[in-house]
Amino acid sequence: MTDTSATSARMQDSSRRRRLVEFWFYFSENRGAVIGLVVFLLLVVVAIAAPLLAPHAPNAQYRDAILVPPFWEDGGRAAFPLGTDAVGRDMLSRLLYGARFSLFIGVAVTALALTVGVLIGVVAGYFRGWIDTVIMRLMDIILAFPSLLLALVLVAVLGPGLGNAMIAIALVLQPHFVRLTRAAVMGEKGREYVIAARVAGASNLRLMFKTILPNCTAPLIVQATLSVSTAILDAAALGFLGMGAQPPTPEWGTMLAEAREFILRAWWVVTFPGLAILIAVLAINLMGDGLRDALDPKLKRS
Amino acid sequence: MFRFILGRLAVLIPTFIGVSIIAFAFIRVLPGDPVMLMSGERVMSQERYEQISHALGYDRPLFVQYFDYLGGILTGDFGNSIVTRRPVLDDFMALFPATLELSFCAMFIAVLIGVPAGVFAAIKRGSFFDQTIMSTALVGYSMPIFWWGLLLIIVFSGMLGWTPVSGRISLLYYFPPVTGFMLIDSLLSGQEGAFASAASHLILPSIVLATIPLAVIARQTRSAMLEVLGEDYVRTARAKGLSPFRVVGIHALRNALIPVITTIGLQIGVMLAGAILTETIFSWPGIGKWMVDSVFRRDYPVIQSGLLIIAGIIMLVNLLVDLLYGLINPRIRH
Repeated sequence: MTDTSATSARMQDSSRRRRLVEFWFYFSENRGAVIGLVVFLLLVVVAIAAPLLAPHAPNAQYRDAILVPPFWEDGGRAAFPLGTDAVGRDMLSRLLYGARFSLFIGVAVTALALTVGVLIGVVAGYFRGWIDTVIMRLMDIILAFPSLLLALVLVAVLGPGLGNAMIAIALVLQPHFVRLTRAAVMGEKGREYVIAARVAGASNLRLMFKTILPNCTAPLIVQATLSVSTAILDAAALGFLGMGAQPPTPEWGTMLAEAREFILRAWWVVTFPGLAILIAVLAINLMGDGLRDALDPKLKRS
Repeated sequence: MFRFILGRLAVLIPTFIGVSIIAFAFIRVLPGDPVMLMSGERVMSQERYEQISHALGYDRPLFVQYFDYLGGILTGDFGNSIVTRRPVLDDFMALFPATLELSFCAMFIAVLIGVPAGVFAAIKRGSFFDQTIMSTALVGYSMPIFWWGLLLIIVFSGMLGWTPVSGRISLLYYFPPVTGFMLIDSLLSGQEGAFASAASHLILPSIVLATIPLAVIARQTRSAMLEVLGEDYVRTARAKGLSPFRVVGIHALRNALIPVITTIGLQIGVMLAGAILTETIFSWPGIGKWMVDSVFRRDYPVIQSGLLIIAGIIMLVNLLVDLLYGLINPRIRH
């Protein structure tokens, strides 16, 4: 008995490694996806090492250096490579610290939306009937609102702030996970291996989460990746509208909101935070495209 | 087809009721007393409080209030704004044409560029042209449009001085709104330069609002075209010796456009969300800016009914897209 389980474990292990190798083969064929992955990893490094990399503290104000342009422009100073903002804070340091916020927002919001969405979706797809109807109508209601508008009003209700903005964004992202999980579970539920497990006496909980769910992960991984970029964009948009992270937090969207009145006087206070958002979102979307191509068996054959 | 429509409506009506419950509930779960908020007064005596509470109907049970609200909506009464004191529906009707005009122009740009770009990328699959278009589309798709709008203002308004920064038309011109669409009204007014002024105000916001739908439409068109180009009937058409133009333009494109039409329809909801940011940046007096301003002014009747009206419009558009899809693709009806 122990022998066979050890063998099966070893077989599982090698099949997992083979799948990983195969996955990497298809993923690495996509040049954009690899670039996205590298940029994303760089951003993670920047976020973690921000205190080491940043030349100044993110909220330190230099009264003698207000709206200093980047170093290559006339009047730029080497001490402030990307210039300073309207109260004399170093742009580069704030941008580096900002990476922490955006990546954290993206990952935390997606984790929340994914967990809740998958739980609800599995229940809906597995039990069907009235419970499914109620859940899906509820999701339809959430999806009927433009997501940014709903998030905006939710934050207004809960009170402006980064935490509430994240909850609001997770709530508007979560119906997509519910729909996806439900569809995948419905597709898998009638398969032989599920029926076999049921006949062998597996409980509903075990069937839902141990037997069926692991076979529904591919579309969820892709959706989760794309959700990270959506969450970063929406959080920045809420910050820009004054409903997300509050000043003086060096969140990129909030930085843009503070910079708005200077757009015609100091291009750098507007350009760099937005560029940072674009690079982060683009890198994650490139990765998402690569993941989809590598995980989607239909596209693989063609 | 009739049963198809009935089936769609059967789903739509409960969803709309749910949407109205959520919109209604927002004002009740808000921190703060709705009576104080609705009356707009800061300090009041207990007597006055009860008087207002009674006048506004807040002393009644919640579900009575809800059905009263729902009844009002069905008869076209969406409540009054605290700030302007005017009916919410009147304010909406006054501002909606501005958003509609902006969205039309943006959708026009997005379809006019997005569909051909997607078709050519699919035909020249893997070429430099394809890669450039798809990379550009991905950048557009990832764009924080509020920043994109500011950049365009810096370049075209600040550095080049070609376009105005905000509003719908120069203050030099005034004429009463006829259709509510500035491009048409300015022509009707017959004032020299009015149309050019309206158009120059419209161009940057339209580009900004078009960016994400354009990218989505180009990507969707390309993948739909690629799928169709691999079909047997396209190969047959080629084998018959038809010109490449006929094969692509008549046989392939017509079928590839079916999913693209759905995408375009769904982008309308995206546009209404995008209007929130675009209108805020360009001070465009439409419903997106109206909603943002109302959130900041805590004008709860407007937030409540505005949410409901916008969600209602999106649901209606999605229904129309569904019906159109059923009409052009009979397979879906069953």
